[in-house]
Amino acid sequence: MTISFKPFKAIVAASAALIMGASLAACGPSAGTPSDSASGSSSSAKAKARTLDEIKESGELKVAVFSDKAPFGYIDKDGKNAGYDVYFAQRLAKDLGVEVKYTSVDPAARVDVLTSNKVDVVLANFTVTDERAQKVDFAKPYMKVALGVVSPEDAPITDVSQLDGKTLIIAKGTTAETWFEKNAPNVKLQKYDQYADAYNALLDGRGDAFSTDNTEVLAWAKSNKGFTVGITKLGDEDTIAPAVQKGNKELLDFINDEIVKLGEEDFFHKDYEETLEPVYGNEANPDDIVVEGGEVDD
Amino acid sequence: MSGADILLQPGVLPRLLQGLWVTVWIAAVSVGACIPVGLLVGWLMTLRNPVVRFLMRIYLDFIRIMPQLALLFLAYYGFARWFDWNLDATGACVLVFILWGGAELGDLVRGALQSIPEIQSESAYVLGLSDWQSFVHVILPQALRRLLPASVNLATRIVKTTSLAVLLGVVEVIKVGQQIIDANRFQYPNGTLWIYGVIFFMYFIVCWPLSIVARRLEKRWAND
Repeated sequence: MTISFKPFKAIVAASAALIMGASLAACGPSAGTPSDSASGSSSSAKAKARTLDEIKESGELKVAVFSDKAPFGYIDKDGKNAGYDVYFAQRLAKDLGVEVKYTSVDPAARVDVLTSNKVDVVLANFTVTDERAQKVDFAKPYMKVALGVVSPEDAPITDVSQLDGKTLIIAKGTTAETWFEKNAPNVKLQKYDQYADAYNALLDGRGDAFSTDNTEVLAWAKSNKGFTVGITKLGDEDTIAPAVQKGNKELLDFINDEIVKLGEEDFFHKDYEETLEPVYGNEANPDDIVVEGGEVDD
Repeated sequence: MSGADILLQPGVLPRLLQGLWVTVWIAAVSVGACIPVGLLVGWLMTLRNPVVRFLMRIYLDFIRIMPQLALLFLAYYGFARWFDWNLDATGACVLVFILWGGAELGDLVRGALQSIPEIQSESAYVLGLSDWQSFVHVILPQALRRLLPASVNLATRIVKTTSLAVLLGVVEVIKVGQQIIDANRFQYPNGTLWIYGVIFFMYFIVCWPLSIVARRLEKRWAND
């Protein structure tokens, strides 16, 4: 039997070309999501944010919230938005005398919806970072948070060093992504667009652990048997605040005043009792999570 | 509790159907609008005018080379930033799918038109038909028949690609599914597979009739 080597050679050549192409792509300048790289050019933003008057006139405040991140922003059984962020959004709109119009966002899209003026405010568990503060304006914080790592009970991860060479699941565009890329280069990161998919990956064993805000993993581990939060406080303690488009001072001032005013009536503790306590129970101390009047005491 | 019970929760199926309606709406409007666009583009592509051909070539290659996701981001975030043209998420999706469908269908139309032998139009000319008459009565009916299988394929691809709309924040059937899975992840940790199973079934129900109609038409036209 004679074998023609021509097709074989062609296949080798083709696969070599493919591999070269793939490696070229891999060392490109940005491995970020399309929305990440797009937001670099936001300095020339033309889409101007709406003023307070325009918002009042239109009768609705456009708010970006999560729709799959219980108990902060989710859709309840009746198909309505609910959660800690949503509770605050409703109050903001009420004091403005308008209705809320919710837009559902993914973590990585939170900066873009502001720079392209799709919404007036982002209230989607948005952690304040320097990098983000260059692109959007954050108001005073209403919550604080650190990172947590959840892992299976039979192979618990209790220290970051245990993750060396292992696979960690994260959601794109979260603080966990930045922290691990910077501080733990030996950890293989497996990134997902949606929280729901990231949790499913952990349940299926596609990664060794999942890291995101400690509040989130605590709540999840409490209701998923066989999983434990081995690391409850990792990285710097961060604050979570509403964000508006860069330079939208009018709306920013309104939200800041509002947060100070609400602090006097312990609004966010009430918010906590309504939305978070049913999930955390006694596991967490409300003062570890809630920030009143925009004042972080430490 | 078995995961299948999640489907019996009040509100779950109606909400999934609402999400499916959004999917079907986007797909139907896009497919409907890209038929005239595609016919026009396809016809333009067969013209001898080099400028028109060049422009059509660029249009087709641009749309074909760019991933649909990149086009969606451009239309949704880019237009707002560069031209202050603020499309809502659904509008951006429909626009992109029309442009994409129009380009792909246009190329199919061009292929079908050019596959009709020259002798057909020459015979029509000899019989005294004008260019337009020969196009409408002789060339187009034959071309449409050759066009059908590939364009039904394109329509089902558009239906399935609407799932990318999720990434712009459109709450269509997949997003509704994820919301339901998330809201019930404490009571029904195994609900995921059932919800996605139902969604799979829904896509099937939408796309399958298209295949049936296409097969029927093909058979009927074959005997003409």
